[in-house]
Amino acid sequence: MSNDARTRGDEDPYVAMQATDEFQELRRKFRGFVFPMTAFFLVWYFVYVLLSIFAPGFMGTKVFGNITIGLLFGLGQFVTTFAITFIYARWANRELDPLADKLGSRLDGVKEH
Amino acid sequence: MAFLPSLASVVPSAVPGALPAETTSVGSPALNISIFVGFVLVTLVVIIKVASGKKSAGEFYTASGGFSGRQNGVAIAGDYLSAASFLGIAGAIALQGYDGFLYSIGFLVAWLVALLLVAELMRNTGRLTMADVLSYRLKQRPVRIATAVSVLAVSFFYLLAQMAGAGGLVSLLLGVSGDAAQNIVIAVVGIVMITYVLIGGMRGTTWVQIIKAVLLIAATAIMTVWVLGKYGFNLSGLFQGAIDKNPAVGEKLLEPGVKYGVNMTTKIDFISLSLALVLGTAGLPHVLQRFYTVPTSKQARKSVEWAIWLIGGFYLLTLVVGYGAGALVGAEEINAAPGKANSAAPLLAFELGGSTFLGIISGIAFATILAVVAGLTITASATFAHDIYKEVIKKGESTSDQEVKVARIAALVIGAVAILGGMFAKSQNIAFLVALAFAVAASANLPTILYSLFWKRFNTRGALWSIYGGLISTIGLIIFSPVVSGKAPLVEGGPSPSMITNPDIDFSWFPLDNPGLVTIPLAFFLGWLGTVTSSEYNAQKYAEMEVRSLTGHGVAKALDH
Repeated sequence: MSNDARTRGDEDPYVAMQATDEFQELRRKFRGFVFPMTAFFLVWYFVYVLLSIFAPGFMGTKVFGNITIGLLFGLGQFVTTFAITFIYARWANRELDPLADKLGSRLDGVKEH
Repeated sequence: MAFLPSLASVVPSAVPGALPAETTSVGSPALNISIFVGFVLVTLVVIIKVASGKKSAGEFYTASGGFSGRQNGVAIAGDYLSAASFLGIAGAIALQGYDGFLYSIGFLVAWLVALLLVAELMRNTGRLTMADVLSYRLKQRPVRIATAVSVLAVSFFYLLAQMAGAGGLVSLLLGVSGDAAQNIVIAVVGIVMITYVLIGGMRGTTWVQIIKAVLLIAATAIMTVWVLGKYGFNLSGLFQGAIDKNPAVGEKLLEPGVKYGVNMTTKIDFISLSLALVLGTAGLPHVLQRFYTVPTSKQARKSVEWAIWLIGGFYLLTLVVGYGAGALVGAEEINAAPGKANSAAPLLAFELGGSTFLGIISGIAFATILAVVAGLTITASATFAHDIYKEVIKKGESTSDQEVKVARIAALVIGAVAILGGMFAKSQNIAFLVALAFAVAASANLPTILYSLFWKRFNTRGALWSIYGGLISTIGLIIFSPVVSGKAPLVEGGPSPSMITNPDIDFSWFPLDNPGLVTIPLAFFLGWLGTVTSSEYNAQKYAEMEVRSLTGHGVAKALDH
């Protein structure tokens, strides 16, 4: 099924869509956000786990009252998780959805499979 | 043997037999049972109301994508916050302090993998089962079979843990003890669950999970405020209370290491567990199935947003409940109770609000098990009927009616297996099963999911090597790990805390309880190796999958099926 020689009009609509600049822009935007964000939260989580495992004394240092550094770092994991969720949802609603809807509707005439 | 307290700290453990006199007098079994029966009746009415006559396959497995993101998010929380979370984590915090908290964080952070990488793209490319996505651009038959095997394995481990937990919970909460009584309760839980699934399908099951999530979170919130109120809303004061009440551990309750910091093996073991938790959640089949119950990727995103708020909020409450149990009930009393760590939250409820509050908490704990097993059963039966029966045996040539019929029969069989497995496993130490389910999900499922969504070159050989390699290595290493045999007895001449309690039997050679640290990288590597050694590549299918995954094209149409 070599279709190299075919003209653009005969191409599979998905292949054609995939090749458009707009689709590549959508793909680049999406990956440009989620990959670094994933790397960030995984690194931060494992830094936290490794500190807890290998530096329990440091994590047990009291900051005020019985509130320790470890507790603050743990609560920090909650804060970053909530923050990433909030930021991603807002960003995706604003940046991703309009572009995805626009490109998706362009394929509306296409039969499935 | 039946009198051995199991060391399960994650799953409610079964401790049939002799109950100390002072614990049998805690609470009123009749009240606990009536609250549980009340929950079952109310949810059954709801299920019958929402169940709409004849069901298509899409309706039975996914409620035809008819839920909103918010509803689904609450249901996800209901599905995810199993008895292990509610009873297990609260108990771990009560007894081991910080390490229990540390453990709960992995369960939460894991949702970011689902949010950022998996939920929306899965929703856009799949329809009914996880294998829809994995086999999209690969060879249908072998990939569907491999995925189904892995899905059924994860579901089975998870289901067995929950059912055995139901037996343990009984002796704790209902005051019934003895083999026969526990078997009856396991059978009742199984039968109610099968009824939910057969009558309600995914729509009914989802409503059970929503109701359960609301009750569980509300009850935990009340306990939290109540506990904090006793300490003048001073968290530091609450911690001091827990320290004072537990002089053996003392200040160590506030720092990591009580459980996981014993030696280098336990430390590496915890890193391994953390990896499996954080990567396993987004590969759990019953979690992925929930993304098909909403109509669009935007709603799938919203589902995970809600799930993260609720699950995160819940674990924050658990922190207070756990230390509250440590401070107000005390480690000594918790350790003396049947179920040990798992009884911390119920005992705290009794301490705070007497028999009535204990009854409410007990009823909710049962409801929790019911909702979780129902979700697992739907997913496993959908996988069997859709992937094995329709796509593999019938080669795609079966009607929706036939498929649903097979799914119902599968649900009955899975229910029966769960009941028998639960009866068999109830006096075993099966705490490792939940960790095993996460390890298999992270090793056998997640690499293939990520590769097929993000790696252009990925192909059938890569998928098969990764799925089977991940599955076989995980189960194999568990069998030869100390959780199955060879742990040293806690007391001289006593039983081994391994699954095989005879300390003379020892065939373990793999040092870690959790194999994820080895098997997850191995499965990613095998997926890569299989792919680069095979020349298969379908540019057209890849374009179709990628375009649909990012634009959502074709999703609405798929729902009409």
